Amino acid sequence: MGLIMIVYYLLSLYIAVFLVWNFVREKKSVNDLILYLLVLIPLILRILRVK
Amino acid sequence: MTGLKIALVLLMAVLTALGAFPLYEHRHYQVPVVAGPGVTKVVKLGEFAPGLNGSMADTDVFVLEGARPGGKALLLANTHANEPAGLLTAVLMIENAVLEQGTLYIIPEFNASAGRNTKPGDGYPLYFDIPTDWGSKRFRMGNRDASPLEQWPDPDVYIHFPEKQLLSYLDVRNTNRTWPGRADGPLMEKVTFAAMELLRKEKVDVAIDMHGAETMFPVTNCIVAPIKSSKIATLVSMTVKAMEGFDNHVEPSPANFHGLSHREIGDFSDTLPFLLEAPIPFLDQPTGPKTVTLLLDGKDPFLLSLSRAKKLFVPYDESGWPMDKRVGQHCSVSLEILRQFTKKNPEKAIVMSGVPRYAELVKNGVGRYFHDPAKADPKNVHYE
Repeated sequence: MGLIMIVYYLLSLYIAVFLVWNFVREKKSVNDLILYLLVLIPLILRILRVK
Repeated sequence: MTGLKIALVLLMAVLTALGAFPLYEHRHYQVPVVAGPGVTKVVKLGEFAPGLNGSMADTDVFVLEGARPGGKALLLANTHANEPAGLLTAVLMIENAVLEQGTLYIIPEFNASAGRNTKPGDGYPLYFDIPTDWGSKRFRMGNRDASPLEQWPDPDVYIHFPEKQLLSYLDVRNTNRTWPGRADGPLMEKVTFAAMELLRKEKVDVAIDMHGAETMFPVTNCIVAPIKSSKIATLVSMTVKAMEGFDNHVEPSPANFHGLSHREIGDFSDTLPFLLEAPIPFLDQPTGPKTVTLLLDGKDPFLLSLSRAKKLFVPYDESGWPMDKRVGQHCSVSLEILRQFTKKNPEKAIVMSGVPRYAELVKNGVGRYFHDPAKADPKNVHYE
């Protein structure tokens, strides 16, 4: 795995952590909760090296 | 709110797992290939150049050496892993071909990463099954490009090496745009560079890259050849038309379109390159659902309408364009290329037996020629 690819995996992890953090802190909007989870899916799949 | 959040996370986790598990299974599914009596050794492509060892892009090279020395040929399949007639032809040859003179190298999964990739957005099936005399043999349906799990990120524009031609960003993962490659380039350039090193170090005379192309694409049902290969390609085209009754015209390799095997192999080595295109209706855009049936029989009512309106570049009727016919074309054209090369270069003869030609494949089906891995000697079973 090249250096740039490792950086992209770290970026994915960074964004995923922020999405999880926003999901935990969200108190009102159910729509936002669903959107945080939807956006998380491709990041999780990439971090787990599934797709 | 906490209860709702937990419910949403669980729901999303279940849905994600349901979607992810088949993709994971597909990526790790192994296709058994039985090395036939002609296979003398199996090596890794990574042995020819650095950077591939241990990666999912490394792939097996089956070597078939004849009793007598002669010329050498390389057969590539799954350069585009969504064009599987080439893969079936390669496996058929590995399991049945015997070299009487010369050497044949066969790489059944040239873009091994693409063979473990898929295209859900286009509704690709994950697998297809070929009926055989002992059951069905399952193959992975791959994608045109390598998986981003092996090579990521893509650039905005792929700048071809060494010509600096600007190509689509996707082509950085397309092993028919990354020729001749380089040792320290992106992973797919390392794959094509390793193949170039194989061609140069082993002094290979002929390279045949087997593909499939849409019926609505003008470069289909043909042999693509640069000027140095065009005499043999023309003789092959005329011979299969006269002797076996199918069309396979010759298309010139464009001098200014870079990265393709039929262009760069010829320009960067002494090898004569040929690229074979067999029609694959599955890849045409205006078809019905992308099912396994369409992949195997090539029958589609929308293409039939387009054929009647003369919008296709191949003859097309109710019989479609079955897989057996496409594999038959690849077999006959490959055998004929080697025969014509041998006629012109008797001191570098490549003589092969055990491989059926077009008429036999159309009559018997490709599955007839696959061997049961359960009954084979385990040391001869390789997993691709």
